[in-house]
Amino acid sequence: MSPQPAPIADRVTRPVGPLVIEIAGVTKLYKMGSETIHALRGVDLKIHRNEYLAIMGPSGSGKSTLMNMLGCLDTPTSGHYEFNGKDVAAMVDDELAEIRNKEIGFVFQTFNLLPRATALANVELPLIYAGCSPHERRERAIKALENVGLGQRMHHKPNELSGGQRQRVAIARALVNRPSIILADEPTGNLDSKTGVEIMALFEDLYAAGNTLIVVTHEEDIARHARRIVRLRDGLIESDAPVE
Amino acid sequence: MKRLIYELIEAFRIAFAQIRANKMRSVLTALGVIIGIVAVTLMGTAINGIDRGFENSLAMLGDDVLYVQKWPWGAVEDWWNYVNRPAIRIEQADALNRIIEQTPDSQLEVAVPVVASGQNVRAGPQQISGVFVFGTNYLYSRLMSADFKDGRLFNQSESEAGRQVAVLGYDVAEALFPGREAIDQRVLIKGQPFTVIGVLAKQGSFLGLFSFDSQIIVPIDAYRKFFGGVDVRRNNSQLRVKVKDKTRMADAVDELTGAMRRVRGQLPGDRDNFSINQQQAFRDQLDPIKKGIAMAGLFITGLSLFVGAIGIMNITFVSVKERTKEIGTRKALGARRRTILLQFLIEAVSICLIGGLVGLGLTFGMAYLIKAAMPSLPVVFSVSLAGISMIVAVLTGIISGFAPAWGASRLDPVVALRYE
Repeated sequence: MSPQPAPIADRVTRPVGPLVIEIAGVTKLYKMGSETIHALRGVDLKIHRNEYLAIMGPSGSGKSTLMNMLGCLDTPTSGHYEFNGKDVAAMVDDELAEIRNKEIGFVFQTFNLLPRATALANVELPLIYAGCSPHERRERAIKALENVGLGQRMHHKPNELSGGQRQRVAIARALVNRPSIILADEPTGNLDSKTGVEIMALFEDLYAAGNTLIVVTHEEDIARHARRIVRLRDGLIESDAPVE
Repeated sequence: MKRLIYELIEAFRIAFAQIRANKMRSVLTALGVIIGIVAVTLMGTAINGIDRGFENSLAMLGDDVLYVQKWPWGAVEDWWNYVNRPAIRIEQADALNRIIEQTPDSQLEVAVPVVASGQNVRAGPQQISGVFVFGTNYLYSRLMSADFKDGRLFNQSESEAGRQVAVLGYDVAEALFPGREAIDQRVLIKGQPFTVIGVLAKQGSFLGLFSFDSQIIVPIDAYRKFFGGVDVRRNNSQLRVKVKDKTRMADAVDELTGAMRRVRGQLPGDRDNFSINQQQAFRDQLDPIKKGIAMAGLFITGLSLFVGAIGIMNITFVSVKERTKEIGTRKALGARRRTILLQFLIEAVSICLIGGLVGLGLTFGMAYLIKAAMPSLPVVFSVSLAGISMIVAVLTGIISGFAPAWGASRLDPVVALRYE
């Protein structure tokens, strides 16, 4: 993988595939004591396979809430959410867990690796919840780690890895179950800029290889790696435009 | 199903990694369970031991033997109804045997008279006082439950002639003839010379009950001649009657009651002036004691396990709190409620199981030491007790781990992920 991202003008934009996510009129209310907070006030969004999407917005814009919603960690107060044609809004906890396991690969700002488990064991985790046999688990986890360039370090624990390497382990873990979308929440937020660039280059490769990426960020530079930027303000979509 | 198995394996792996990572904390937590399990198993061992000891002692009484005596076994409140009963006389055994012979299809086999008293015994320089000397006749061999180490019981002619021969209990023989052969030696019982013709094998005893180990058996006619008169009149003589079929004990008691009334010339309408006792009476007396010990044990055990369980619950709550973010991550990666519930339950159960195994090991060691130090104490450490204590340990883990594990499984993934 290249240390520098391809110049924006040279980037390939893949044709979009079928619809993966469709949300319509989604609202989310939180009760904070006696106050009710409208985190989302009616959001419509369609995301297709092979898209590379950035979700931007200042803090308090509802960005995180939307991400939790898209990641099936949370359900909307009202509105419609279909994931691959399945009605997610009405799902119960365990059904959501199933979707998260099979369809969504999470990449967190703080990596969220299990500290006492090796890189390999961390990557195997989603496969355990998917019910894969130990043999298949190992094979697929090794392959996923090799894909992110960590074939040599798979038996190291997170505290023996650099920040960039940790995020690569997290990305391998997100990819290992071949999800429909990769959902990255500030993936470079805890990395120095050079390492951040490397991670974004890896995302570029993943996109080129046919993955669907959603990156939540508040950094313009990061967002411009995507092909489409959705901007949120006060719980509403302010703009939704392709990156020129 | 396969998924559940993988999740279980993973849960055990996590649990042991967690215990290894928090050794001190796990040890301290397990301590409560260890104490609880030691209490459970020690109590069980003690109760088993008392049971075994008592059973052994009762076996010496014979479960197919009825005891005809003036007094019933067990406490009586209306002693005045018994005190004026005429004594059981040893000749009544012969009368009883004649009736048994004449009765077609009798449930009774044979009646034997027994008298006993404490006497001083000497052999050369060795002297023991207060040995239980036991007079009976040759028929006693038919209902005797003890084995001979050497020699034999007196035969019919020795018995009827009242020869001065004696059978020594194991401990008596050891005390009088330490390291020597006792057979054919001479002992002085209350100054009268008796020749040893047999030594009984060691029976062991529970609290010294009913053991022949410290007794001497002599022919009843010799007994009467030298130590008898007074004692016979003191009414401690008794008849022991062997029953043919111990499954029909009630029939045998009825028949014996009728026969004894005839022997003692009682009129219809008279109240029985004798008591027929059996082993069951002791069992009935033992049961409340056993229950008392068990209740006390249960209370102590329950209390220590309760304290242990609180420790486990506390540590599981702490563990859940510490790993809230991990729970969020796992949920994001597809862990279901069940997965998280199992993970923390198994963690709690694992600590309890380890505690249980250590506790079991400790009890086993203690039982071994007690047995080595005091061989006469009945210590019975059973496999089923080990099984029960393991089940108790696992149950403790499940019960105490459930609330925190349930809470963990219900955590909102969004909240859990944001937790720092």
